[in-house]
Amino acid sequence: MMKVIQTQELYKIYNQGQENEVRAVNKVSLEISKGEFTAIVGPSGSGKTTLLNIIGGLDAPTSGKVIIDQTPIEELKENDLINFRLHSIGFVFQSYNLIPVLNARENVGFIMLLQGMAEDEINKRVTDLLKSVGLENQMEKRPTQMSGGQQQRVAVARALASKPKFILADEPTANLDSKSTGDLLDIMEHLNKTEGTTFVFSTHDQRVIDRAHRIITLEDGKIIDDVKVN
Amino acid sequence: MVLVKIAWRNVWRNKLRSSVVMISVILGIWSGLFIMAMTLGLNEQRMSGAIDTYLSHLQIHHPKFEEDYNKNDTIVNRYELNKQLDTITRIKAYSERLVINGMAATSKGSYGVKILGIFPSQEKEVTKISQKLIAGTYLNKLKRNPMLIGAKLAHKLGVKEHAKVVLNFQDMDNNTIAVSFRVEGIFKSASSVFDQGTIFVKYQDLAQLTGLNGGIHEIAILCHKIDDTEMVKQKINTPNKIDTWAQIAPELGYAQQTMSSFIYIFMGIVLLALAFGIINTMLMAILERKHELGMLLSVGMNKRKVFVMIVLETIFLVLIAAPIGILLSYWSIYYFGIHGIDLASISQGLESLGIGSRVYTYLPLNMYFTITFMTLVVAVFSAIFPARRALKLKPAEAVKAN
Ligand SMILES: Nc1ncnc2c1ncn2[C@@H]1O[C@H](COP(=O)(O)OP(=O)(O)OP(=O)(O)O)[C@@H](O)[C@H]1O
Ligand SMILES: [Mg+2]
Repeated sequence: MMKVIQTQELYKIYNQGQENEVRAVNKVSLEISKGEFTAIVGPSGSGKTTLLNIIGGLDAPTSGKVIIDQTPIEELKENDLINFRLHSIGFVFQSYNLIPVLNARENVGFIMLLQGMAEDEINKRVTDLLKSVGLENQMEKRPTQMSGGQQQRVAVARALASKPKFILADEPTANLDSKSTGDLLDIMEHLNKTEGTTFVFSTHDQRVIDRAHRIITLEDGKIIDDVKVN
Repeated sequence: MVLVKIAWRNVWRNKLRSSVVMISVILGIWSGLFIMAMTLGLNEQRMSGAIDTYLSHLQIHHPKFEEDYNKNDTIVNRYELNKQLDTITRIKAYSERLVINGMAATSKGSYGVKILGIFPSQEKEVTKISQKLIAGTYLNKLKRNPMLIGAKLAHKLGVKEHAKVVLNFQDMDNNTIAVSFRVEGIFKSASSVFDQGTIFVKYQDLAQLTGLNGGIHEIAILCHKIDDTEMVKQKINTPNKIDTWAQIAPELGYAQQTMSSFIYIFMGIVLLALAFGIINTMLMAILERKHELGMLLSVGMNKRKVFVMIVLETIFLVLIAAPIGILLSYWSIYYFGIHGIDLASISQGLESLGIGSRVYTYLPLNMYFTITFMTLVVAVFSAIFPARRALKLKPAEAVKAN
C-alpha cells in the first residue's frame, strides 16, 4: 500500500535542557497508508495535537523527518510550505474552522479559489461537497447561523475541497454532542469507504475511538500501541 | 476576488470599531480642510482688504518720492502717462492722488495722518472706501474743504459728521499751514490701522493749499484681475517708479507663508492622530481574529494574501469615510464662505490685522485633492503595521482551541 505519511524519529522537545523539559513528541516513527482511517488517542497532554501539527506542517519538530507522499516537508521554505498545505493536506480543527463573514458555500469554495480553480467548476464542486456532508439545504448560511455539528461538516467539506492527500482532524468532535458526533463520523467513514479519503484524527472520546480502523495510542509523547481493527 | 469580499464584509463585522476608524477619518479630513479654508480665507480677506482700501494692484510714484516723501517729487509726464493708462485694456480704473503727511487736531487731541487728495469720481472706481461709509457722503455735498475720516480717528478726535477738524501740513515751500476741514463722511474699512491714520480730501482743495496745482504724487491702478498685475506693469513705459501690491506690502506675502507652514504642521498632527487611531483599532481587530487568521494560514492562504486582506479592509474603511469627510468639508466651507464665521470675540485683533470681524472660508479645489490624498496615504501606511503583525502569527499557536 502507498505511504502518504511517514515520520522518522520525530522529537518535539520544549524547554530543552531545562528543568521543566517536556518531550511532547518522543521518537515517533510511523507510517500511514492511503485510505486508512486512523485515530490518534491518548490522555490529555500525551502529545496528540503536537504530533498532528508537525505532520501537517504547522509546527516544526525539534528533530526527525516528516515525509508526505515522498516530499520531506522540512525542506520546504515558509511560503512553499503554505502552498504545500493548500494542495496536499485538508485540515479540520476543533473550532474556528470557518470564516465568519462567508456562508457555507463561500467557505468551501474559498480553498479552491486560493488554488486558482475556475469559478463554475468551483460552484459545481461546492454543491457536491456540501451534499456529501448533508448540508444541501444550509448552503447560504453563515457559521453563526449553524449548529456546531453543521459547522464541523462544512469544515470537512472545506478540507475535502482541495482534493488533499489526507485529512488531519484534531479533536473534530470535542465540541459536539453525541448525535452530531455520530453524524460527523458517519460522513467521514462514508467518504473513506466511497472515495478512499485518508483520515487521521485525534480524540479521547471512546465512541470515536470505537469507529476507527486503526488506533495509535500515545503516552508521554511515545507510541505505546498501534492496532488495526476489523 | 474573494479577498476583496472578505475584507469588505470584515468592515461591517464590528460596527463600533469600524465607526471609530471612520469617524476619525471623517473628523481628520474635515478639520484639516476646514482649518485650511479658514486660514486661506483670512489671508485672502487680508489681502483683498488691503487692496480694496488703499493698495490697489499697482502704484506709480516719482522715482524718489518714497525715499523721503518730498512734496515736490511729483509724477513725471503726468498727462502722457494718463494717455498710456487709458489705452491698456487690462486696467479697470486708476486714481490720481496727492499724498501729504500732516496732523489732524481738535480740542480732544492731535494725531499724525496721511492726507490723500483725490478725485472722488476716480477714487470710487479704484478703492471701496465709498462703500464703507458709516455716516455722511463721499465728498459730493459740502462746498468748502470737505473731508472723509476713518471711524477710529473720528472717535479719538471726538468728531461726528459736519464737525470741524484742523489739518496741519506744509506747503510746497515748507511753510506750515493750518486749515480747518469739515467732516463729510466717516468710513470704516477692514483695517483699524488704516482708519486711524488716513484722511481723504478733494484734490483741488489740497492742491491749492499746498501750491501743487497740476502735480500728483501717486497713481493707484486697479486691474480687472489680480493676476494681470505683472503684465500691466510690463506694459507701462515711464520714467516713474511702478510697484506691484506685493512689492509695496511684502508682509501680505510673508503672512501667507507663515500660515501655510502652520497649516502643514496642523495637518501633520491631525494625520498622526489618525495614524495612531487606525493602527490601534486594526491591531485590536487582528488580536480578536487571531484564531481565524491562524486558520487561514494553516489551510494554505499565503502571507501576501493575508497582508492584502488586512490592508484592503483599512482602505475600505477610509474609502467609505473619506467622501463623507470631503462632502462635509465642502458643504461647510461653501456655507461659511457665503455667510462667514462671526469671530466677534476676537474681532478687535482681526481688525488690526486688516481682516474684519467675519471670516469667509475659502479653499481651492486642488487642496481637497491634496488633503484627501495625504489622508489615504497615511491610512495605507498605518494599515501596514497591523498587517505585518498578523503575519507574525504562528499557525500552530493561533489554531489552539483557547
Ligand atoms: N508551547 C509549548 N510550550 C511548552 N510545552 C508545551 C507547549 N505546547 C505543548 N506543550 C506540552 O506538550 C505536551 C503535549 O501537548 P499536546 O497539546 O500535544 O497534548 P494533547 O495530547 O493534544 O492534549 P489534549 O488532549 O489536552 O489536547 C503537554 O505536556 C503540553 O503541556
Ligand atoms: Mg490537543
